[in-house]
Amino acid sequence: MSDDVKTLSAQLASDPQSLVFLRLGELLRQKRQFDAATRVAQHGLERHPHLADAHDLLARIRADAHDYEHAFDEWDMTLRIAPQHTGALKGLAFLYFKIGDLAQAESHLQAARDAAPDDPTIEQAFAVIRGEAGATLAPATAAPQPAVSPPAASPEPPYVGERRSDSVAALPDERIFAGLEGAQEGLLLLDAAGLVLGGALKTPEGKDVTDTVAAYLAGVSQESARAARLLDLGSWRGLSAEGQGGHVYLVQPTPESLLLLMRDRSLPLGRLGLLAQRAAQVARQWLERQR
Amino acid sequence: MTAPALARALDLITRVRGVRGAMVVSRSDGLVVAEQLMEGIKGTAVAALASSLAGRLQRAMVSAGLGPSQFWHLQCDHGALLVVSAGSEAGLLLVAVTEADVNVGLVRLELLRAAETAP
Repeated sequence: MSDDVKTLSAQLASDPQSLVFLRLGELLRQKRQFDAATRVAQHGLERHPHLADAHDLLARIRADAHDYEHAFDEWDMTLRIAPQHTGALKGLAFLYFKIGDLAQAESHLQAARDAAPDDPTIEQAFAVIRGEAGATLAPATAAPQPAVSPPAASPEPPYVGERRSDSVAALPDERIFAGLEGAQEGLLLLDAAGLVLGGALKTPEGKDVTDTVAAYLAGVSQESARAARLLDLGSWRGLSAEGQGGHVYLVQPTPESLLLLMRDRSLPLGRLGLLAQRAAQVARQWLERQR
Repeated sequence: MTAPALARALDLITRVRGVRGAMVVSRSDGLVVAEQLMEGIKGTAVAALASSLAGRLQRAMVSAGLGPSQFWHLQCDHGALLVVSAGSEAGLLLVAVTEADVNVGLVRLELLRAAETAP
């Protein structure tokens, strides 16, 4: 343990109510000791649940650990507490950038610039998003990540050169859900005929069952719509199912598509619904760009 | 399941506030076995669709390694359709049609409790 960590830990132990946990958590994050950093941040949040900087700290730790779903939640919470929080605005811009939603990324960066017009990292981030940094940026060093990403995270900087606003349609299908939890094993986007548009499904044993499940799900949208119509229930919004080994949640990002989210039983069905709505939004934006 | 047992099972479900009706449906052919439905609900058609949807979900979930589907929930703008498997080897489906502001968790519990009474 470094001296700084020892010193800050001692300070926190002597005064658990102090805000020194912010510095300690940040230091541990920079040292990439994510478990320890998470514990410090969570303990701090238990004592200061409405402190925006504490949520921002936890979000940065989550993002560095590639847990983007929870990072999103924490930055979202940060903005609910402090709508002008530039760290959270830049963090969310980074996450939107990662999933290819450049409009949202720019919108959040613009809000960050309005809140902190002298922050030079915001201009760097704009340059990256607009492709001005060049399409040949090397992974870690050349990409000006700190502006749009949590420091030291640099999770997938090669995307920088590809994600220009005029070439989103060229994104590979498997990246539709890039950045979303379980994108390559528990998320599936289908067209009306049951053909796979993006994502993938794997069994708990790791077997790829994407095409099989897609075939079984063809027609679910039409049957759900018919059932809703027969019962005068309006449009259907979601279809969830509980199995012995996990849950699935189906939504329609557009009338011609179907999105499936699958998780084990450790994730409550209600939360699965929230994740599905978020994934549907990403899918909807992607589908609109394909037109 | 005997006729009195079916009636008791449906009673358990329809007494929850916001439930517009309940049915016992044969999973294999989608025919109505018993029903307690409000006027205007097209029971036979809904039973057929519920059975078909249950079959699709069942096959998809088993293929995905999640095991058989025990409960599913179709959420709509103005209500919902909730279904559980019941009976030996899940040969029956218990179906509830609800209004939008129903306590879904409570209906689910009553459906599962009713399903336990099925032989």
